[in-house]
Order: sequence, then C-alpha cells, then structure tokens
Amino acid sequence: MSGTLLTLALLFGQLSLLSFGGGPTVLPEMQRQVVEVNHWMTATDFAALFALAQAAPGPNMLVSTLVGLRAAGIPGAIVATLGMIVPSSLLTVASLSVWDRFREARWRKIVQAGLLPATVGLFLAAALLIALSADRSVPLAAVTIAVAGLMVATKIHPLWLLAAGAGLGVLGVV
Amino acid sequence: MSDVPPTPPPSIGQIFAGFFGIGVIGFGGVLPLTRRMIVEQRRWMTGDEFTGVLGLCQFLPGGNVINLSAAVGLRFRGLPGAIAGLAGLMSAPFVIVLLLGLFYARFQEEPLVRRAFAGLAAAAAGLIVAMAIKIAAPLRRDLPAAAIALLCFVAIAWLRTPLLPTLLVMAPLGIALHWARAR
Repeated sequence: MSGTLLTLALLFGQLSLLSFGGGPTVLPEMQRQVVEVNHWMTATDFAALFALAQAAPGPNMLVSTLVGLRAAGIPGAIVATLGMIVPSSLLTVASLSVWDRFREARWRKIVQAGLLPATVGLFLAAALLIALSADRSVPLAAVTIAVAGLMVATKIHPLWLLAAGAGLGVLGVV
Repeated sequence: MSDVPPTPPPSIGQIFAGFFGIGVIGFGGVLPLTRRMIVEQRRWMTGDEFTGVLGLCQFLPGGNVINLSAAVGLRFRGLPGAIAGLAGLMSAPFVIVLLLGLFYARFQEEPLVRRAFAGLAAAAAGLIVAMAIKIAAPLRRDLPAAAIALLCFVAIAWLRTPLLPTLLVMAPLGIALHWARAR
C-alpha cells in the first residue's frame, strides 16, 4: 500500500513538472504509466475516469485524483492530487519574484514559442488516445466527432454536450 | 473598465473565498471567469498586472489556473496566501470528484451506469479532440513547427515513447527553430 502511494507521488510529481502547456499534454504519459506500466486499470477505464473528471467542476487535472482513488483508495486520491499540484505550484511561487525581470527577455519568448510545437503534438496524441479508448463502437465514435465539431463551430457549453452523451448512452442509442 | 485602481490587498480569507467560487462554478474554460473575478469584480489587480502574472503561469508547467491561484495568493499574502488560493480553488472540486469516483466504483457494473459512462466518455473525448484542433490550427501556416508537432505526435501516440525523453528532444528542436528565426 505505501509502495503504491510512493509510486503515485513520484508519478504525478513528475507529470506536474512536465505539464508544459497545461494538464492535457501529460494525458498520454499518464495513460501509459497507469495502464501499461502499473496495470492499475484498462485503457477504457482510464477514458471513463477522464470523462468523470471532465464532468466535475474545477481544473481538468482532477483525473489524477480518480487515478489515485482507483490505485490506493482515498489516501491514493490525496497523494495523487497533491503530487499533481504541489511541484508546479512551488515552481510558480519560487519564480514569481524574478518573473518581472525576464518577462520581456528575448530568450523567454524564444523558449515559450519553441515549446508550442511539442505542446500541439502532445494535445493531438492525448485526443487520439482518449478517443481510441472511449470509442468502442461506431455510434460512440460518432458522438465524439459530433461533440468535437460542435465545440469547434459553436459556443455551446461543454456540460450540455457531456449530458447529451450520457443521455444517449442511457437511452441505449450509442 | 479593467483598469480601475485596485482595492486594498485581499485577506487570506478573501483569497480563499475568491478561488473557492472559481472552483465551484468553473467548468471547462475557467480562465475568463478567473480574470473577471480578479480584475473586474474584486479589483485585486489591474488588467495589465493580471496579464503579467498569467504569463508566468502559462510559461511554467502545471494547470494555468492552479498556478494562478498560487501566484495571486503569494503576491498579496506570501506563502500562506498561496496555500489559501490553492486550497480555495481545489477543495470543492476535489470533494466533488471524489464522491463521483466513489459512486462510479460502487455502481460501474450496473448496465445503466455503464451505458451512461460509455456515452459520457465518448462526449468527453470529443471535448479534448476539439481542444487539440483549436490549439493545432495556427500551425497550418508554419510548416517546420507543424513537422515538429507531427514528430512529437507520432512518438507519443504511435511509438509510445515516454514523455521525459520525448520532451528532451522535441523542446530543443522547437527552441532551435525559433532561435534561428529570431536571429
């Protein structure tokens, strides 16, 4: 049990410090570690937990809480959540006082622009892996495509789309 | 409107309460809500100050709003303020998602729950597909950057290389590209 907690702390601590461009960029690595390395759940379970975290309010990093809960109960949920939040927050807190000095620096702008292509690649990988895990049938894939299209083309609130997806599932349509 | 003079610095309790409100109502795009709360409603910072701190939060790893809650709290009340901001933002969502997770673990074998979650997961996948499309769109006009993004995508999604070594190759590639352009 304490071994699992240590694994969770190290895993999410590492993901916290690698999540350039926001939380979703570390989803592929989280899925790899959770499913393939540690065998805590299947890829389909991981997609369901990701969906659960999307349906809850707050920052979308909460999938880490659910992974921790699945791996080691409520202590696991606490450790995984703190692991995801504390390292990057400490880095932010330590950098705030020097930020004003290098905010306008040329190297800062080059580094930030230089990280963007990798961020885009990671977002695309996260989208593909989550979609492949969630869409086990053609109607489910159609839901994913329809939701993506509506999110890109309209200003509809994402909660309505999540509710519609769950509703279609309950009705047995998908 | 966004540059009215800031009011006196918020207390620890006000920092907690402000970010608690964001945590409770924030779905999906929390950032615009956070800006409205800090700049327009509570007037803790001017629009320019907010943009400056946000720049740091976007530059560093971690969720932008999570970093923001720590940075804003720190600026006004030091380390206790940072903890108040983080705790305010995360406490309600943490409890809610934990309850949802316990509910799911208890009832996931029920056919109805399983069908609902299959539909929910497909819709949630659509949300992240849309995010990926939006963030990738600007690279259409930047082929070298798009090539690096594609390389990173293939490494992670197809070859399943671990994130750290992948970033250690892809980040310097992207930085070298922009460094060469800046010269």
